[in-house]
Amino acid sequence: MTGKIRVVVAKPGLDGHDRGAKVIARALRDAGMEVIYTGLHQTAEQIVETAIQEDADVVGLSVLSGAHMTLVPKVARLLREQGVEDVLVLAGGTIPEEDHEELKREGVLAVFTPGATTTDIVAFIKSSVAGAAA
Amino acid sequence: MDEDRQKPRDKDQWLPAATAAGTVRDADFTTVSSAEVEALYRPSDLAGHDYDRDLGDPGDYPYTRGIHPMMYRGRLWTMRQFAGFGEAEDTNQRFRFLLEQGQTGLSLALDLPTLMGYDSDDLRSEGEVGRCGVAMDSVLDMERVFEGIPLDRVTTSMTTNAPAAILLAFYLVAAERQGVGFDQVGGTIQNDILKEYIAQNTYIFPPEPSLRLITDIFAFCADHVPRWNTISISGYHIREAGATAVQELAFTLANGFAYVDAGLEVGLDVDVFAPRLSFFFNAHIDLFEEVAKYRAARRIWARHMRERYGAKDQRSWLMRFHTQTAGCSLTAQQPDNNIVRTAIEALASILGGTQSLHTNSLDEVLALPTERAVEIALRTQQVLAYETGVANVVDPLGGSYYVEALTDRMEEEAEEYFRKIDALGGVVAAIDKSFFQKEIAEASFRYQMQVERGDKVVVGVNKFATGGPPRVETLRIDPALEARQVERLRELRVGRDQAAADKALSDLLAACTGGENVMPVLLDCARAFCTLGEMVATMKTVFGVYRETPVF
Repeated sequence: MTGKIRVVVAKPGLDGHDRGAKVIARALRDAGMEVIYTGLHQTAEQIVETAIQEDADVVGLSVLSGAHMTLVPKVARLLREQGVEDVLVLAGGTIPEEDHEELKREGVLAVFTPGATTTDIVAFIKSSVAGAAA
Repeated sequence: MDEDRQKPRDKDQWLPAATAAGTVRDADFTTVSSAEVEALYRPSDLAGHDYDRDLGDPGDYPYTRGIHPMMYRGRLWTMRQFAGFGEAEDTNQRFRFLLEQGQTGLSLALDLPTLMGYDSDDLRSEGEVGRCGVAMDSVLDMERVFEGIPLDRVTTSMTTNAPAAILLAFYLVAAERQGVGFDQVGGTIQNDILKEYIAQNTYIFPPEPSLRLITDIFAFCADHVPRWNTISISGYHIREAGATAVQELAFTLANGFAYVDAGLEVGLDVDVFAPRLSFFFNAHIDLFEEVAKYRAARRIWARHMRERYGAKDQRSWLMRFHTQTAGCSLTAQQPDNNIVRTAIEALASILGGTQSLHTNSLDEVLALPTERAVEIALRTQQVLAYETGVANVVDPLGGSYYVEALTDRMEEEAEEYFRKIDALGGVVAAIDKSFFQKEIAEASFRYQMQVERGDKVVVGVNKFATGGPPRVETLRIDPALEARQVERLRELRVGRDQAAADKALSDLLAACTGGENVMPVLLDCARAFCTLGEMVATMKTVFGVYRETPVF
């Protein structure tokens, strides 16, 4: 692995809760990663376009609106359709436990819920990106 | 008895003596906002205090002790649980349940497409219909939400900002269709757009036209809907976004003053609209800091309204406020503990003299609340109101050396923020410069790091954790409702008099372009069954849309 890990932190849909996304974005930046924060109210198409343009290693999707079962799989699907297979997709927010399995089947590598620490997320991204590159 | 112990000492002597007398735990002794507090407060901390000038009796200027002489002996706070999800029928059922359980006011939660100005069949609404609240596409949805609930008998609070004027129009026309006159309805629209740019992010139009919509509402309601609270100037979301207690206090009041300025700029008399301004604060977990915050807020508002704005009507000086317990203080881990947190936060708001209160449900960190969780939350308020005796005495913490000293300090720190905001050119200019957004992001990140280091303890999360997934039933929203709502919308469009709808929308366009008050034309749009999305799209063509500058 050479160079900085590139992470797109994105807020899909109409949800305005950006406290978590901003904290994560800053923590990843402080951990030496290159962070591209999309800002709010992004469509799945916009997020995928950003991920491709920015040559992202990781796309982190933050959803606290309850719409995660529509928005998150859509991003994962569009990435696959665009032939982008090597981007790791993570999800975070108020996502009930019972939805985690289905999100993982749709291509989400991990789901982080309230109480997750930035330390754990940083460590997870570092080891996953290293694993994917190996 | 030891001679020395009877002698009065000043604080400089007390602290070293007390520290020497016992060991001090290795722990963080700051408030949840990281404000330094001392181990003890004494009369010297209130040196120069003047009871009449700084406190006053409840009901007297500057209202530090409360806005009514008898406070809760006269009337308890309104127990107002925020509710709304799924289709109109689901919300109607939840409202009826809450009223049957003794709730005294309604509070309507709208879904994100509605808050952002999209109809349920818009592409941008996919997956979001009925999730965070109820879907509200037209006056017919409003009518269904209040089916069997006479609108002259309840008061309703609606959490809506960017499209607030449209939701108010839906509500008024729904009342009209029930045979209830505008002068008989009472309630509140949040209508606080400035904090949307600062924290909550459900904005549509840029600040300038948004402020114009707000002053149109002030003017219209002053003439036609006298019992309506035209704005609920909200610190809640600012706090939830990570702000400290002082930031919540200062930014909210700064926004309040900006609305007063906006009203004055369009030529309204301050005493015509100021009595209908209301506020909405968070109740976080640090009990005394919260009580001091509410007391300082009342005093600051009264002083500025009387001294700076020259308001003559006493009602213009009074800060009336709603409170909601802090969602951000709740934990997904060991969710039952959230009942305890919420009870203490609710207590803070009562000790601080709130006019109405929403208590969060234990499961709200996971999903919208189940009926059982909502019932516990409401019972929490009822236990506080009827069993604990806290409602018997007005401002029971008044005169506490600590609470008074903290109230004074928070007022001073808020004044410092007002000076900074003025120096930046006012609230709108400070938003453009991302001043608030940066301040909040900074505070929120600092707190997160304190939690991760263990400096700030969150029980069940970074201490006394038990692991394992939370054991709690959550509310599931039926995924099929989106299609049903879309179908209903299609029927509405097919069934209405299209020429009348088109005419109403073209009148709206003309009103937005010209300077006339938009409320009468919005009422006509609602009567003609125009949808919310159609009205917002029309307004966007004149007003444009707002884009944030993301900072982290």
